[in-house]
Amino acid sequence: MGSQLAGGEARRVIVLDIVLVQGAFTLEMSTRLDAPITALFGPSGSGKTTTLDAIAGLRTPIRGTIAVNDRTLFSSDSQINLPPHQRHVGYMPQDVALFPHMNVRRNLLYGRHPGVSPDLDRVVGMLEIDRLVDRRVNDLSGGERQRVALGRALMSGPSLLLLDEPLAAVDVPLRRRILPYLQRVRDDLKIPILYVSHDREEVNELADAVVHLDSGRLV
Amino acid sequence: MEVWQIAWFTVACAALATFVMVPPGVLIAWFLARRQFPGRAVIEVFVSLPLVVPPVATGLLLLMVFGRRGSIGRILERVGIDVVFTWKAVVLAMAIMGLPLLVRTARAGFEQVNDRYEHVAATLGAPPLRVFLTISLPLAWPSVLAGAVLGFARALGEFGATIVVAGSIPGQTRTLAVAIYSYAETGQDTQALALVLVSVSIAFVALWAANWLAARRAA
Repeated sequence: MGSQLAGGEARRVIVLDIVLVQGAFTLEMSTRLDAPITALFGPSGSGKTTTLDAIAGLRTPIRGTIAVNDRTLFSSDSQINLPPHQRHVGYMPQDVALFPHMNVRRNLLYGRHPGVSPDLDRVVGMLEIDRLVDRRVNDLSGGERQRVALGRALMSGPSLLLLDEPLAAVDVPLRRRILPYLQRVRDDLKIPILYVSHDREEVNELADAVVHLDSGRLV
Repeated sequence: MEVWQIAWFTVACAALATFVMVPPGVLIAWFLARRQFPGRAVIEVFVSLPLVVPPVATGLLLLMVFGRRGSIGRILERVGIDVVFTWKAVVLAMAIMGLPLLVRTARAGFEQVNDRYEHVAATLGAPPLRVFLTISLPLAWPSVLAGAVLGFARALGEFGATIVVAGSIPGQTRTLAVAIYSYAETGQDTQALALVLVSVSIAFVALWAANWLAARRAA
C-alpha cells in the first residue's frame, strides 16, 4: 500500500490565497478547503480552470500563497514557486489529454514513482479498467478515457486531485456510472479532490463542500 | 570513377551536416515554439537569415569567422583544426544553409502539439527534459523528420556558401553542385549532365523515402 494513500489521519487542508492576473481578467480568492471533495462551481469564464492551473503550477499568481497539507507550493512572500513536476498534484484537464502515442498501460505508468505510487493492479481494479491496459488510447470510449485519465493521475501518487469538468464531456447515463468511481477515490484512497463543475445537480450529488466563483471572485 | 567519388562525398557531407544541425535545430525550434525569452526575436531572425541572404554572402561571412584570422578560426587553429577549404567547411556551409528549413518545419510541428499533453506530463512529475523527450518530440516527430529531410535536401544542393568557404578542390571539397558548375563552365557537358542525373536520383530517393516514412508513421 502506498504511503500517501494509507494516511487516513493526515490533515488535508488546502490553502488558496492568491491574486492572479491574466490579461483583463483578475482572479482573487482567499479560502481554506478541508472537505474530501470540494466543488468549484460557477459560470464559464469565472476563473475555475485558472484556479486549477494556479494550483498545478501552470499559471503563476502575482502574489499570495498556495499550500497543500502544510506543504507550500507557492508563496510570493517566501519566493517559493515549485515547478509543476515537483507539486505532486494530479491534474485531469477537461479534454483528459491521454498521451495519444502511448497505450493505456504506458499512460498509466507515466507518472509512477516507486515508493509513492499506489499499486497498478489496485488502481485498475478500482476503476475497472484492467481489461483495457493493452488497448490503444484512440480505441477507448468516452467513459473509458475518463477512467484511464483518472487512473493515470492517481498512479503519480498525488496529494491532491484536480479535475476539470470530469463529467462534462460524457452523457447523463455515463455520468451515473462514473460518479461512483470518484466516490471510491475519495473513500478508498483518501485523496482530496478539487473539482470544477457548472452542473448544480452533479455538485449536489458528489461534493462535500462547494466554492462559488463568479468573475474571478468568491461569492 | 570521379562521378561516384563526388556523389559519395556530397551525400556523406550532407548526411553529416544533417547530423550536426538536428540537435541545435530541434532545440531552437522547440524554444521558439514554446518559450518566451529575451532575445527571442533576434534568434528568430538570425536562424532564418540564410534563407534570404545570398548564399555567397553567407559563405563570405563564414569565411571571415572561420578563416585563420576569424574569431572562431583563430581559436580552432591554435588546437590544430583547419576549417576553411576543407571538407569541414563543406559540412559547415551545408548545415548553416539547411538549418532554417529544419527549424521552421520542426517549429510548426511543436506548435501543433496540444500543450495540455506537456502540462499533464509535468503534473505527473516529469521534469522538462523528460517531457520534451517523451511527449513533445514523439508527437512532433513527423515534422522534425520532414524538417531534417528538407535540411538534408538543401544541403545536397548547396552551392553558393560552399564555393566561397570550401572552394572547389577536386577530391577534397568538390561537391555535386560545385562540380556541375565547374564542368559546365569548362565545356565538359557530358560529365556535367552525368552529375545532374546523379543529383536528381539522390534527391528523388531521399524525398521518396521521407514520404514513405511519413505515410508509414500516419498508418
